[in-house]
Order: sequence, then C-alpha cells, then structure tokens
Amino acid sequence: MSRFVMEFERPLAELEEKLVDLKALDLAAELHLGEEIAELEAEVEQLRVTVYQALSPWERVQVARHPERPKTQDYVAALCSEVFELHGDRLYGDDEAIFAGLATIAGRRCMVIGHRKGKNTKENIRRNFGSPHPEGLRKARRAMLMAEKFGLPLVTFVDTQGAHPGLEAEERGQGWAIAENLATLAALRVPVVAVGIGEGGSGGALAIGFGDRLIMLENAYYSVISPEACASILYKDSSRAPETSACLQMTADDLVRLGIADEIVPEPLGGAHRDAAAVFARVESAIASALDTLCGQELGGLVEKRFVRLSSIGVFTEGE
Amino acid sequence: MPISDWFKAREGRRYTVASADKSADLPDGVWLKCPSCKHTLYQGALENTLQVCPHCTHHFDMSAPDRVLSLADEGTFEETEAGLSSLDPLRFSAKKSYAQSLASAKEKTGLAEAVVTGRALLGGHPVVLGAMDFRFIGASMGSAVGEKIARAFALAQAEDRALILAVASGGARMQEGMLSLMQMAKTSAAAERLSRAGVPYISILTNPTYGGVTASFPVLADVILAEPGALIGFTGPRVIEQTIRQSLPKGFQTAEFLVQHGMIDEVVARGDLRESIARVLDYLCLGDVPDAALGAACPILTEGGDE
Ligand SMILES: [Zn+2]
Repeated sequence: MSRFVMEFERPLAELEEKLVDLKALDLAAELHLGEEIAELEAEVEQLRVTVYQALSPWERVQVARHPERPKTQDYVAALCSEVFELHGDRLYGDDEAIFAGLATIAGRRCMVIGHRKGKNTKENIRRNFGSPHPEGLRKARRAMLMAEKFGLPLVTFVDTQGAHPGLEAEERGQGWAIAENLATLAALRVPVVAVGIGEGGSGGALAIGFGDRLIMLENAYYSVISPEACASILYKDSSRAPETSACLQMTADDLVRLGIADEIVPEPLGGAHRDAAAVFARVESAIASALDTLCGQELGGLVEKRFVRLSSIGVFTEGE
Repeated sequence: MPISDWFKAREGRRYTVASADKSADLPDGVWLKCPSCKHTLYQGALENTLQVCPHCTHHFDMSAPDRVLSLADEGTFEETEAGLSSLDPLRFSAKKSYAQSLASAKEKTGLAEAVVTGRALLGGHPVVLGAMDFRFIGASMGSAVGEKIARAFALAQAEDRALILAVASGGARMQEGMLSLMQMAKTSAAAERLSRAGVPYISILTNPTYGGVTASFPVLADVILAEPGALIGFTGPRVIEQTIRQSLPKGFQTAEFLVQHGMIDEVVARGDLRESIARVLDYLCLGDVPDAALGAACPILTEGGDE
C-alpha cells in the first residue's frame, strides 16, 4: 500500500517498510526469519500507537489535509442514495468547489451541501482545491433556500482551506456572499446539521459550516485563521505554524469545550483515510441521530434555539 | 481620559470642513504629512476638519468617539454598554500576550473595546449609532465587539430605531480563535432579525474594512455607504498578490471600485455623511415623521382604500 506519508509518521513508515522488506526477503530466500518478523511486527504495532495516539494540534492539521482523506464526494457516494446534483448560482456560474444536491441520508430526504476538494491535481484545479468563489457560496445559498421552501433538512460537509483569495472573487463580492449565507443559515426554517470532515478554514468554511448541530471528525479542525497565516502575522514566519495551531484552539476537542461543536466522531488510528468505511458508518449514524432529534421539533422553536445559541457564543465582561 | 469625560469635552463642538488657508491660529499639535498630497499638517487642525486633509480631502482614520459625535445631532449621543470588554478566554500568548494587547489598547484609546454604541438622534430621527475604532487592536471583532454589535441590533429592534454603524476593521480577532469567527455568524443572525422586523439599517464602510468583519454584518445593511478612497474587501491585497502572482490594478478594493462592481450604494465624503443618512432615513423611517410633514411622499393605499 503506497500512501502519502505525513512528516510525523515518517519513522513509522520507515519501520513498516523495513518489515515489508524483511518479509519479502524471508519469502524469497527461505531464511526462516519468523522470530525476527514477529519481533519487528510488535515493534511496528507499538510505534503505531505511540505515533498516532494523542496527536498534537499541528499533527491533526496534517491528518485533516491528508490527500487520501475522504472528501465530500466520498461521503455523498457512501452515505447518500438517489442523489440529484444542483448546479449554478443563477447569477454568474457554477463553482465546482461547492457540491449541492438533493440526496437521501439514512432514509431521510435532505438537501446536501459541501466543499468539494479534488482527488488529484486535475480535479483540484477544476475545483480550486475546494476553495469557493462567491458563485459557489451563492449556489449553496440557493440550495439552503430551496431546502427551506420544500421542508428538506440541510446537511453540510465542511472541508476547505477558506474562501478563494483572488481578484475576481473580490470583484464579485466574496465578503457579501459569505455574509448572506451566514444570515440565511442563522434563520433557515429547517433543521441544519453541519459536519466538519477535514479543514475548516475561516469565513469560507463558516458560510456553510454551522447550524443546529456541529459534528466534528476527531482530526478535523476549524479555525478563524490558518495556523500558517497566523504565524506569518505574529512571527513573520509561517513555519512556526505548529506553535500557532496550538494557540488558536482549533481541534474538535477545543470546539466542544468552547461550546461550538456538539459531538466528535472518532477516527481510526492514523486518520480517517486508514479505514474510510468505518468512518462513513459512524458519520452516517451521527447524522441520522441528529436528524432524528431535530426533525421532530417545531420549526419556530428550532430556529429560536439556534439564534439563542449563536447569540450566547462569546466570552466578555460587562465591566465595572 | 475616561470616555465620558471625552464626550463632555467634545459636546457642543461644531465640525466644519475648514478651508486650506485657515492655518493662522493653530493649536498645539503634532505635525503630520498627508499620505496623499504630502502637505504637512497640524494634527490639531485636523480636529476641526473631521480628520479630512484640507488640501486634497484625504480622509484620515477617525476615532469612534469622534465618529459618533460627527454623526449624531448635537448633544444627543448617549452611550450604551460602555463597560463591556473582552477577556482572554484562550489565554492566547504568542509573541505578545493578548492580555497585554488589550491592556495597551485600552490605555491608548480610553475605550473599553473597539466599538462604541449608543442612542442618538440623527437628522431628528431616533437611531442606534455605533462606530468602530481602528486604534483598538485594528478594530478586530472578538467576543466583546460581536456582543456590542449584536446588542445594538437588538436595541434598534426593541426601540424601533434605525441602526447606523460606521465600520472599520482588520477582520476577526484571531487571539480569540473560533469564538471570534463565530461572532460573524452571531452578528449576521442579529442583522437578519432586524431586517425581518423591517427596521432600517445603514452601514458606513471606512478605511480599512477587511476580513471576517466585511463578510458579516456591515454588508447586510439596507443601504451601504463608504468614504472616498476607503479600502474594503474580504482578502487583503498582499495575500491576493501572493496568490495570483501579479500586482493588482490601481484603485482595487477602493470604495469607488465597489460602487462600480455593484457592491455598495454610494461613496459619500465624511462632511456629507450626516446629511446623506438623514435624507435616506426620511424615506426609510416614515413613522418618525408627523403626517403633515410627509409632503410629497406617496400615500400608501390600504385594503379597501377607495372610501
Ligand atoms: Zn492631503
């Protein structure tokens, strides 16, 4: 199995490689190295636990960005049936960085929106690495309003480095598009379940990234600014991102502690890409149980509860 | 100086845009160079011109207290939530600690936070008026700014007063992490409520307005004004240049650029803001005006209105 190796797992990858070589050698030369192999296997197993348990925030960021990590389209393929994709914002164009579509999850007919990264370079160029332009966010807003109109619960998958930082995005009102989505999501009269599956990059993530429930994958992050940009501002040195990723408190655990996220979906040791099927099953059941709870609620009360919760986020003092 | 004294000292001051040759009796002040026309100016003299260069009309940054006084009808501004200020929930400490930054911002500005809010009259209309102060950690939005803005929206709704917000900001306050990002959703939710209640909201975008603040409550106003030359955008120009690897066109992200691209309603010089807002409120706040004064406004037909 050849896979992308993250920096912090390199010692493990090297040991695993050695094990593979040893096994091959044993097989080829009939050296009867059973004992040595068993020893090395135990060593690998031990190192795997050491490397992957209690990841630092910066290590989690690397897992969240792992190129083989399951993406929105993988969740849609695995969790959804009878999918009908919706294209375009009816204003400018169709932004492939955002997926929107009618889909059935756990037996419920829903509207699904997600940031859509590519699986390879070619796809990533077309989909702009999952960083939406205003037209993508406006397509998402159109889908939100359609969900409200027809009483479909909204499920969103959050996975972006952020809204696209470009000239044309500014000309077409990137800030305006984000703000309109925030206002729409805050008051949308259907249940909204957001799932952080990978990267949660500031405003571009938030524009489809909150609701009545926020479910976070164990290694997903959500942050006001990327740790690299934060390090550039503070230290004029983006390589100090490992430090700032801890300061920013952007992991799933942090978000639950801050009262922003509700639930964490555990990942297999080493990250969601190690056993995607297990992750899909856990995410499906988390979404299903959130929808079960939310869909029975009276809509006025649901929206009021969402508003009150949003309004209560923040830590401040009233002063003297 | 505490802000209450500051307001007392400023009450009754008449702001006029002075002409260039009135430099005879300058008060003691610091010299500064206008970045636009390079003329050397007395900072003290700028206080009489709404911080506008008398030579070239370059708009200098304006403090929040100066701003609210320049917009409110004389003697009508009454501050609300004056003591509300930020804590340091993440104990954010990289290079300089957030606690230190907060303390020095408070000392430098005499403000408890980067936004000042209150009740006032504007052109005779009862309003809730707020202004952000760039000197206070770049007027970034953390929990306290978000809370004060959200309360301003709630007050406007509760008392049926138009909301007027003068905005300047570098964006979200990263030292409060996700709590500050969520203020974007919180203030946008408040703006949506006010809009659904039919209460008018006018924002004034001033130099500079960027990042997560641009992408939330300021651009959800019914009428969006901006000061001449103000730089306004989501992503800062330096980051965009790094992304596209070319330099940006002249005038990119200025107020004038945004009018051209259909993002804001009008560019209004600082000295004309109060008058312009009052004129818009005359239309949006018909309820404030006695029937007799409606003048040429169209009568609104009600059901069965032929009797
Ligand atoms: Zn000048």
